[in-house]
Amino acid sequence: MKVVRNSRLAKALMLGLPAVLASAMLAAPAQAATEITFQTWNSQVSQDQWNAMTAAFMKANPDITVKVNYVPGGVEGDALVKSQLASGTMADVFSYNVGALMQAIDPVRNLVNLKGEPWVSSVNSGFIPSATGADGGFYAAPFGTAMGGGILYNKRIYAKLGLQIPLTWKEFMANNAKIKKAGITPVISSWKDSWTAQLFVLGDHFNVAAAMPGFEDKFTANKIVLAKNPSTLAGFQHLEEVRKAGYYNKDVASTTFAKALEYLALGKGAHYPMLSAGIDTIVANFPTKAADIGFMAQPGTNAKSNGATVWMPAGVYIAKTTKNLEAAKKFVAWTVSKESFVVQNKVVPPSGPYFIKGAPVSGNLTAVFTDLYNYMQGKGTSYPALEFLTPVKGPNLSQICVEIGSGQKNALQGAQSYQKDLQKQSQQLGLAGW
Amino acid sequence: MKKKRIKSPYASSLYWPGGVIYMVLFFIPTVLSLFFSLTRWTLQDWEFIGFENFTLYFSEENLRIGFRNTIIYAVLTSGLKVIFALYLASFLSSKLRATGFIRSVLFFPTLVSTIGVGITFSVLMNPYEGVINAALKWVAGLFGKTTDGPGWLIDPNLLPIVSIALVDVWKGVGIATLIYIAGMAAIPRDYYEASSIDGASTRQQFYQVTIPLVRPAMFSVIILSFVGGLRSFDLIWAMTGGGPGFISDVLASINYKQYTSGYYGLSTAGNVILFVLVSILVFPLSRYLNKKEVVM
Repeated sequence: MKVVRNSRLAKALMLGLPAVLASAMLAAPAQAATEITFQTWNSQVSQDQWNAMTAAFMKANPDITVKVNYVPGGVEGDALVKSQLASGTMADVFSYNVGALMQAIDPVRNLVNLKGEPWVSSVNSGFIPSATGADGGFYAAPFGTAMGGGILYNKRIYAKLGLQIPLTWKEFMANNAKIKKAGITPVISSWKDSWTAQLFVLGDHFNVAAAMPGFEDKFTANKIVLAKNPSTLAGFQHLEEVRKAGYYNKDVASTTFAKALEYLALGKGAHYPMLSAGIDTIVANFPTKAADIGFMAQPGTNAKSNGATVWMPAGVYIAKTTKNLEAAKKFVAWTVSKESFVVQNKVVPPSGPYFIKGAPVSGNLTAVFTDLYNYMQGKGTSYPALEFLTPVKGPNLSQICVEIGSGQKNALQGAQSYQKDLQKQSQQLGLAGW
Repeated sequence: MKKKRIKSPYASSLYWPGGVIYMVLFFIPTVLSLFFSLTRWTLQDWEFIGFENFTLYFSEENLRIGFRNTIIYAVLTSGLKVIFALYLASFLSSKLRATGFIRSVLFFPTLVSTIGVGITFSVLMNPYEGVINAALKWVAGLFGKTTDGPGWLIDPNLLPIVSIALVDVWKGVGIATLIYIAGMAAIPRDYYEASSIDGASTRQQFYQVTIPLVRPAMFSVIILSFVGGLRSFDLIWAMTGGGPGFISDVLASINYKQYTSGYYGLSTAGNVILFVLVSILVFPLSRYLNKKEVVM
């Protein structure tokens, strides 16, 4: 009998318990935190940073929960972000590029204007134009550091071979000849991740702008023929010259971004045309080698005008479709607060200056940071990359660069292809003059 | 003789669910995509621009590569599947031990995610660190020769699209084989008995009895794999992303890249063109094959 009674008890419990649980769950949302969603890139560095940042934010704001969704970058990421915005399914807050790529997601229609937010006054003025929409609204909080687009190089190799930082392309190629003689790959490139192939072209903008003042306005208005100006053609020619000289790593077509950084860190190659932020991956994967790596501006024709092309940090945006605008704004404001930078510094030492005035910089600062910092502090030794000064940016540049680098096209044909790519994009955006 | 219209045996209430599904999921989207191919479209609003997308699409610099690769890929994958699967099917229809197991092994690649297969093979086909070239090097070494092996996916010529096609064949040959096996099982034994009484060897039986009678299965394989090849995208995207440069682009990957760039109208126009291309190639082919079937 005991057994029977027990089983009855068990039955009662089984029926009753879920009911109690269910009522508890129903009651819960009344006091529970507001949940906002946040979407950002899924690279390791980005995941480490945002995991730490959202944890710290939630600790400081127990009434708000942030659910993070990590998504791929590259063309897949572009397609995803655009589709999400168009279909109204974007996360409340998300991180994405500023500049031309922000213009392509139609900020005026899709994003919340942050112009009146109290933190905006602390944003470094250099960042403002690249996050400003066609209506004059301001749409993004800067996340991360400035990046230099130029050449990461192995200082150990430079010291061993007694090389000087080249101030002109000629000197750069002369260095390459010596490096090759020493049995080391002079220029690493990584076409398996084709976006990395663009740096010789994109990182040359300091030199283009120096040679052609007022370039951006003419470029936006379709008054520039890339193939006809020596300075706009130079970046494309660099890809070709390095190939003809046999300076690329022999497995260049199957090398990935991560592999290329490994070659550079281990001294198997001397130069890697790349964004300075590449150092973050070296710090994560080869911490003992990070000190061997430096950053130099991409040299042009004139030794007297030598400077770095600078990339803006990413933007943190609020989608107009958000249902928790106040919580979203609180989160965005926190990302540019002092506490946020303390957390960021702890996860990855900054590889360049932040774009918030007075943001604390600490941690094991790399030589790359110092090099970039010096370029940015110097007078006339840095200039923003083209994509932050115009909405015109063709999507096929990376593949075209691979074509030139692998000899499928010469520099001239490549520049002409890219011109057509620009034309198509501008027509699709409905820009005047194309 | 004119066929008499036979009254349908089904109640009309059985029609409308299918009809609604067809309208909502197939007919309306098709009409909409035809419409949006004539617009500049941001997914949120559109502007009618007539045939501008089509002229723009045809002025696409790499379209020639795309067309060429699409055709090469479709012909190569469908051709190889038709031949390999025929021999595999006759092998698997014979009285082997553990046929079930062997058939499963053959069918297994079909069940694996295409993206997974693509990523795996792009590692195997890495010219410097991949297993395939390491094996080639070893074999060459046995003959006292050295080779670096081909740059399967990075060669700046036709090789990448051919390499991907070969992987596609490996992955898809299982289904083709299955169709053949079903076709072979349907051949009445009488033909084999009759032909063996007439003194036909097994080889003659294969060419004179099996192949002609398995034709309907063969035609299904041809059509299915050819259409599959023409609109193939996932494997190509996973293995090369259309590169290096644009050398392994097909129409579907060109359309996808336009989509990711936000050129929605243009990309839709590209898909309409792909649809037309598939129709132009496949309808005559299927008619021709059907005719042959009737003659037989």
